[in-house]
Amino acid sequence: MPDLGKYADTVLSAYAVSLLLIAVLVLLSIRRARKMKAQLEEFERKAKRHG
Amino acid sequence: MIALLTRDLRLAMRAGGGFGLGLAFFLIVVVLVPFGVGPQGALLARIAAGVLWLGALLACLLSLDRIFALDWEDGSLDLLATAPLPMEATVSVKALAHWLTTGLPLVLAAPGFALLLNLPGAGYGPLILSLLLGTPALSVIGTFGAALTVGLKRGGLLLSLLVLPLYVPTLIFGAEMARRGVDGLDYSTPLLMLAGITCGTIALLPFASAAVLKVNLR
Amino acid sequence: MSLNRLWAYANPKKFIETTDRVLPAIWGLAAICLVAGLVWGFFFTPEDYRQGATVKIIYLHVPAALMAINAWLMMLVASLIWIVRRHHVSALAARAAAPVGMVMTLIALATGAIWGQPMWGTWWAWDPRLTSFLILFLFYLGYIALWEAIENDDTAADLTSILCLVGSVFALLSRYAVNFWNQGLHQGASLSLDKEENVADVFYYPLLVAIAGFVLLFVALVLLRTQTEIRARRMRALAARERMG
Repeated sequence: MPDLGKYADTVLSAYAVSLLLIAVLVLLSIRRARKMKAQLEEFERKAKRHG
Repeated sequence: MIALLTRDLRLAMRAGGGFGLGLAFFLIVVVLVPFGVGPQGALLARIAAGVLWLGALLACLLSLDRIFALDWEDGSLDLLATAPLPMEATVSVKALAHWLTTGLPLVLAAPGFALLLNLPGAGYGPLILSLLLGTPALSVIGTFGAALTVGLKRGGLLLSLLVLPLYVPTLIFGAEMARRGVDGLDYSTPLLMLAGITCGTIALLPFASAAVLKVNLR
Repeated sequence: MSLNRLWAYANPKKFIETTDRVLPAIWGLAAICLVAGLVWGFFFTPEDYRQGATVKIIYLHVPAALMAINAWLMMLVASLIWIVRRHHVSALAARAAAPVGMVMTLIALATGAIWGQPMWGTWWAWDPRLTSFLILFLFYLGYIALWEAIENDDTAADLTSILCLVGSVFALLSRYAVNFWNQGLHQGASLSLDKEENVADVFYYPLLVAIAGFVLLFVALVLLRTQTEIRARRMRALAARERMG
């Protein structure tokens, strides 16, 4: 860890906030993508069976 | 076109038409501000121009959903769409009617309310002029927002969220013009910018509003 | 000829197939650039004479701010393509990009405020650039809210694309208005073409890598989210068809 001096809190909190926001965005996007893919496949499977 | 205008004006004027509500709201805001910031005359004098602009802007905002709501509900909007009058003209007339029944009364009432807020004497002229120049833009921009949310139940909050960012340039230049007038400074730059925005929106935004209405009427 | 090939991806199914193939590579590249840029910037660059270690925030703040604007520009182009050529993938891509742009704006605002606190002595200052980003945030919010509020997919696509167009004009106007309104505390452009104004080279190269990382991250996220929107739209269409028996 470089010596951030008196600005340690500032820099670290900036990095923490940004990386957290990015992580949340990425995780939520991936989760929703998987869910939608699964739902659609389920739907189309059912449609194939009935139709 | 004139027929449409007079019809809208008459509708706004009759009981339940909402005329006067904008003024009442403006008054309430003006009365509430000293309760919020304290009654010191000097402070009020400094913020009066901005507060009056904000009050006028918010009063305009709250009356926007009336622009199309009644006609949407009873089907007249569909009729207007098929009428020989082009949609762009229709929305322009609607915006004009809104300004005549909401914006213009606010401009006329502003001097009286400015008294309550201790606006310095030099500010009256520039304030009224800035509101006169700016409120038409508020009506035209508001008409665009109203067209976007016309079909939605309880679209009022969404309407505010969409319209308020669009109001920012008008507010900035209008309030700046009024503030500079209060301080006796030259306000020609904000005046020209304000006039430019108003002219630009009047000339161009009706095309977007008309397109939006046609989409919603499909 | 290559432009014609681009339109082939307008087909939703082909879009998903193609993006499925390239996404892993884009994610990988994004991760590499981001980690490389941030690690380089955080650990291996010196402090700034005036700003001390806080200059390290630049590797987050500048790329996020750039992406916040570029995301909106991409949405603008996508909206125009929808209006002119009615490709659903384009409209859905705009819808997909909005939350990403909004988060970028948020990061720019948060890092800007955190950076500003020790520099300017205040958590928030109505500096023109920060204020412009705040207004941009509101534009994103309104755009996303409109998509959510409208049931019919085509109507929503039409209305939001017109809103994006009109909003772009007003966003530009607001930028000038806000500059007029407050001359501001922000430093000069970090990346202007004039070498004089440029941030010193030692900060410049890790910054470029970080920017590349953010761009790739944006691309990956938008491609993924567009896939999701395409599937969601297809689900709605199938569900509607089923309801009608």
